[in-house]
Amino acid sequence: MEHQLASFDRRSFLKVSALAGGGMLIGIQWMAGHARAFDPAFLEGAAFNAYIKITPDGKITIQSPNPEIGQGVKTSMPMIVAEELDADWAHVVVEQAPLDTEAYTRQVAGGSGSIRASWKPLRTAGAAARMMLIAAAAEKWQVAPETCVTGASMVKHPATNRQATYGELASLAATKTPPADPPLKKPSEFRLLGKRIANVDNHAIVTGENLFGQDLKREGMAVAVVARPPAFGLKLVSVDDSKTKSMPGVQQVVRFGNKVAVLANTTWEAKKGRDALQLQWAPEGELESTDQHDSALRALLDKAAETPRRKDGNTEPAFAQASKTVEAVYECPFLPHNAMEPLNFFADVRPDGVLMVGPTQTPESARTQIAKLLQIDQKKIRVEMTRQGGGFGRRLNTDYAVEAAEISHLAKKPVKVVWLREDDMGGGIYRPACKYRFRAALDAQGNLTAYHLRGSGINVGNPTRENNFPAGALPNLLVEGHNLESKVTTGPWRAPVHNFLGFAEQSFLDEVALAAGKDPVAFRLGLLDQAKQQPVGRQEYQADRLMGVIRLAAEKANWGQAPSGVFQGFSAYFSFSTYVAQVVEVVVTNNKPKIQRVVCAVDCGILINRSGAENQVAGAIIDGLGHAMFSQLTIKDGAPEQTNFDRYRMIRMAEAPPVEVHFVESEEAPTGLGEPALPPLAAAFANAVYRATGKRLRNQPFVQPGEPGLLG
Amino acid sequence: MARLTLKVNGKRRIVDVSEDTPLLWVLREHLDLTGTKYACGIGQCGACTVHINGEPMRSCALPVSVVEGANIVTIEGLSREGDHPVQEAWKETDVPQCGFCQAGQIMTAASLLRKNPNPTDADIDTAMAGNICRCGTYNRIREAIHLAAKKSRS
Repeated sequence: MEHQLASFDRRSFLKVSALAGGGMLIGIQWMAGHARAFDPAFLEGAAFNAYIKITPDGKITIQSPNPEIGQGVKTSMPMIVAEELDADWAHVVVEQAPLDTEAYTRQVAGGSGSIRASWKPLRTAGAAARMMLIAAAAEKWQVAPETCVTGASMVKHPATNRQATYGELASLAATKTPPADPPLKKPSEFRLLGKRIANVDNHAIVTGENLFGQDLKREGMAVAVVARPPAFGLKLVSVDDSKTKSMPGVQQVVRFGNKVAVLANTTWEAKKGRDALQLQWAPEGELESTDQHDSALRALLDKAAETPRRKDGNTEPAFAQASKTVEAVYECPFLPHNAMEPLNFFADVRPDGVLMVGPTQTPESARTQIAKLLQIDQKKIRVEMTRQGGGFGRRLNTDYAVEAAEISHLAKKPVKVVWLREDDMGGGIYRPACKYRFRAALDAQGNLTAYHLRGSGINVGNPTRENNFPAGALPNLLVEGHNLESKVTTGPWRAPVHNFLGFAEQSFLDEVALAAGKDPVAFRLGLLDQAKQQPVGRQEYQADRLMGVIRLAAEKANWGQAPSGVFQGFSAYFSFSTYVAQVVEVVVTNNKPKIQRVVCAVDCGILINRSGAENQVAGAIIDGLGHAMFSQLTIKDGAPEQTNFDRYRMIRMAEAPPVEVHFVESEEAPTGLGEPALPPLAAAFANAVYRATGKRLRNQPFVQPGEPGLLG
Repeated sequence: MARLTLKVNGKRRIVDVSEDTPLLWVLREHLDLTGTKYACGIGQCGACTVHINGEPMRSCALPVSVVEGANIVTIEGLSREGDHPVQEAWKETDVPQCGFCQAGQIMTAASLLRKNPNPTDADIDTAMAGNICRCGTYNRIREAIHLAAKKSRS
């Protein structure tokens, strides 16, 4: 077996080997910051995972390194490789890679960053493989490589009308040295990217194949259902498991920390065993409730922060001189993630090694935590990722994988820990409840002269994104944030902080535009023009690109020209490097606003998979609408009051509006789409509702249970 | 524990389970038919939808003892080759994101089309009201049902 090494951009490597049965294997490694990255001995010994495997039968296998949580990377990442390889997509088979930090960096599904981080390495790998296949053909035909062309998994020599498939050339290509800097295609040369490619797992999904963590079954495995504290701030004081232990199917009861796991032959038996436990809990300190949280968060809005997050100019003199000021408070509740697949993880902890299998957005972090818990070498832990029934940020936290390892360790057997919906929804790590107070000062001409945002949130860290638009577009700006500590655990939830801040900011800007007597689109464009001409302070967004989506959405929706009885609302937001603008059209029947259409413009750079991208955008819009309309989790005496879909309302089909998605034609590097279309949506809706009804929606959820009001 | 004879996807299957076990868990853990999903356990989300004598039912809320002798069809038995018009339409429309709820959606949709081969949007909204998709693929589901209706007619 021959090995060839090549490095490109000084941090990434390709390794090429011949396959025993013929064909070639190309491993790729991008190792930013790895101390041993340039040590050839280390590289020779590294266990590369194949990225691209071409076998003599012409099959091209591409491994997708990142966790698939429904955001489509298992399809889109291999598409990038296939584009530069000039592979016929029909020949491509995609595999999910297990955790291997030596072969892959950033095996994380979060921050809409999978595509952003791997665009260049994936392209380079595909392009290098293509060059090697050309080199093989050129040698075989004794012609110059430059005279060969590729297409549809073939190298062709037009001058002599010869052609060979990649499968036929792969074994010879494996002996070639991969080029360090292979030429990459111009966007105009793309044949696959930007096309509609169906999700590679569609057939398996629609036929119910075993794919998900929940479906996993291993020899000798027990199923565990766990009793966890029913309220935040409770401590387990006594356990009577006598009844549980006598129940059919129950194998073992394991108490650990503040929890008790019941291991049984099946999930149902484990659940019944868990429910039969006699547990006594005692409060440690005061038990919290949503009412108290609300008062505390509101009190913080009256308090200046010690250190502002951002301060440009001086806002107070501008407010003192303003001819008009606008002020409003926006509020949102906790939200559980409610991925359709409740949490679960399989763990098999043995003295000689640990196998973990399950749905996680951060396999590497899971491994680190488990190594720490069990005090063993990370190299003895293998983490395999299953397909994931949604993530939405919940699976960025590794608590449930670590818990499974602990149970397997204590029970000394392989175990699959299954969370029931009540465990999943009641188990914490919620979207932080937040409140925001906005103030804006306008001069006599309706120009925005000062902008002040003060936010507070529960275990949120920074509740603001201080460099968000309109920062950069006006001289006086003050952004402050307060964190309120609580026993209720919080964490990232699809588009962290942005998911509600986007609504609040874009609704408030609508209020300001109306107060200024300006059209909301013209008002935003005017501010962005200032941000471009006379930028103030740090600017994370590119004014031109934000203006681009605003203009595209306005054009496609015929902004300002809606027929009588149709009311439009506008919103535009930049997050996770992607630009989104939306117009929502509302009609009112029987005093109820109904969305007739959502028009969305997106600039995510080069479009990878049009079908997947449209699906992400439409899904984020529907998800964003549903949570803004209906969803909330409240706490009473430390306990979540909603723990299943009977009391926690999710959006359903009849409530999902038609969505039109338009992408900006772009040659910029691609950016992610799992999150960015969600934050602005609720504002476009609320702004349309205001025009239709005069009612300003500032608090989520818009529909309160038992109080249908305008929207029920 | 009871010894029960079930008829699943056209085959006789004998299981030893306690009679209160929901059909869902019998399918998933005793018969290894894991296409039917657990997501709420209280009949609210539709991820566990199967056909009982042709009707879409929530298997998480059905004690196995009550379906003894009934004709049970799961996603694995909806078609021999995974080529039921609804399955074909789902692939063609590229419906799934995470995919977890889709087997339940497909089972509900297949049942709708058997009774109503040419459903309107309103018919679809009503029939599908019991199935939640957190990814928000509802519009493509609706589109795929119309496509499946068209495929079945031709």
